[in-house]
Amino acid sequence: MSFINTYQQYNWDNVKKVIYNTTDRQVKQSLSQSNRTLTDFLHLISPAATPYLEEMAQCSQQLTQKRFGKTISLYAPMYLSNECNNICTYCGFSLDNKIKRKTLTAKEIEQEVSIIKSQGYDSILLVTGEANHIVNLQYFKQSITQIKQSFSSISIEVQPLKENEYKELADIGVYAVLVYQETYHQEVYKQYHPKGKKSNFEYRLDTPDRIGKSGIHKIGLGVLLGLEDWRVDSFFNALHIDYLQRTYWQTKYSVSFPRLRPAEGVIEPNFIMEDRDLIQLICAYRLWNEDLEISISTRESELLRNNVFKLGATTMSAGSKTNPGGYSVDEDSLEQFEICDNRNTTEIYNLIKTAGYDPVWKDWDKTFYQQ
Amino acid sequence: MKTQVLKIADKTFHSRLFLGTGKYGSNSEMEKATLASASELVTVALKRIDTTTDTDTILTHLQHPHINLLPNTSGARNSKEAIFAAQLAREALETNWLKLEIHPDPKYLLPDPIETLKATEELVKQGFIVLPYIHADPVLCKRLEEVGTSAVMPLGSPIGTNKGLRTIDFLEIIIENSKVPVIVDAGIGSPSDAAKAMEIGADAVLVNTAIAVNGNPEQMAIAFKKAVYAGRLAYEAKLGAITDNANASSPLTAFLLD
Repeated sequence: MSFINTYQQYNWDNVKKVIYNTTDRQVKQSLSQSNRTLTDFLHLISPAATPYLEEMAQCSQQLTQKRFGKTISLYAPMYLSNECNNICTYCGFSLDNKIKRKTLTAKEIEQEVSIIKSQGYDSILLVTGEANHIVNLQYFKQSITQIKQSFSSISIEVQPLKENEYKELADIGVYAVLVYQETYHQEVYKQYHPKGKKSNFEYRLDTPDRIGKSGIHKIGLGVLLGLEDWRVDSFFNALHIDYLQRTYWQTKYSVSFPRLRPAEGVIEPNFIMEDRDLIQLICAYRLWNEDLEISISTRESELLRNNVFKLGATTMSAGSKTNPGGYSVDEDSLEQFEICDNRNTTEIYNLIKTAGYDPVWKDWDKTFYQQ
Repeated sequence: MKTQVLKIADKTFHSRLFLGTGKYGSNSEMEKATLASASELVTVALKRIDTTTDTDTILTHLQHPHINLLPNTSGARNSKEAIFAAQLAREALETNWLKLEIHPDPKYLLPDPIETLKATEELVKQGFIVLPYIHADPVLCKRLEEVGTSAVMPLGSPIGTNKGLRTIDFLEIIIENSKVPVIVDAGIGSPSDAAKAMEIGADAVLVNTAIAVNGNPEQMAIAFKKAVYAGRLAYEAKLGAITDNANASSPLTAFLLD
């Protein structure tokens, strides 16, 4: 059994119909519940819920503060490599994008780490493309072993791995694994991912199950907003989280909201998601799932980020570089996507602090895996 | 009027209100509320502490002579992880006191009774003063006593929910039978919940969310301080019995007085 069995019980067009046929009355009813189900989530992301955005935001703020307090966790992404054997038509690292490729050496990693540490970070997210001949389990193990004394929490966002590989990484101290399905629309997925290992929709869909079985502490999910109708895709993403939470009950879950951003040689998004849509989605997640960590990256604008951490987000990055070596080694190497909020870490730290929130550097400890 | 002093292991406490340190908007807000509460025991999550420096931002706000630190193992999913965390906490915070928290379920943070019992037994052997966070399970409390726990910390309702004393029937059994102090932990949402816990004979309460997350943590801390004091005072004065009927007359036995 895996999520695929659950996934197959749903039909994209039917889900879409239910979302778009949601009535005002159903929205009101879902808003008034104290424990909300996936059906309530579906109502709250519907167009019928848009008049209730302020009400949703206030409720989301309250629930978030109750569960997480007035805190925002900070992390920095570190891109290890932009090598990639996949063609993803929206991504700067896509195989058919003729750019100079780079994979950080141990020495370069050390240099990048020292910059990230000097900004105060204690949580790091390692990011790569998918190039198994260079950037593989052995490379990950070397890099993680190298940096693990410098960070309390290490997360990875790399190609899907096998269950035993996740287990090996958990054993050496990987805290969280992020893997985004991009879209849950199987045919559309195939169009956007025509070549490479990633073109296998089901293998990717099955990945969070493999992570769950490996004992990793936290799994991060998300869809690439802009590939398909965000409402339908987000319902499937919530369905996935719901299934995982019931199955791998010892694992934490987080959700991210990558909105398609301009990158070198890539297409314009097919579906535009406005700021108010994103806020509706974030609030709907919180109203449905009080324990979900909600992460907002620097893909988003200053205006949005100035406000979003008060109404549901729990985790933010700042001063991010999305190219390998971007912090110091090779500042001009190809980036995965353009950063929208270019403010540095200190500015974001002060923004959070001024709003009466506690910016948190450390919320994990190495001791939990040094056994 | 003073209430009885509470003794746990080698320490005595004048305040029966224990606090958590998480969820505050800033460390100075946490410090203010903690001072206002007059609490003498505050718990800090090891995972939030930077053990590599002497100037951790949380700990520097808790450096007051009357405040004792109670490190906790939040994040541990089993006894093995908790024991490692405990050892690190003892070294870093220079105290052998420990709030043992083992919650493998990150959603409701419900404590694992089996792992908690195992870890308590081992940690007691290693010289820790163990205060385990547990379900309101009277049998588990006796089992923990047998392996040398210094107190028990049963939950009032799921942590962070502010739902109050939903487990009150079991808390009463625990209090009735316990040889170690009973600290009601988790779920206490309002000063009246705290007062109620004290009235039924809890030795102390531990509060975090209800003080940290509201319009004015400092003011709420004072409200809790007074509620805990009032509840304890009432308990020591012995509350009148609760009956279902008024009993002004004795219809069945009045003839004896004739």
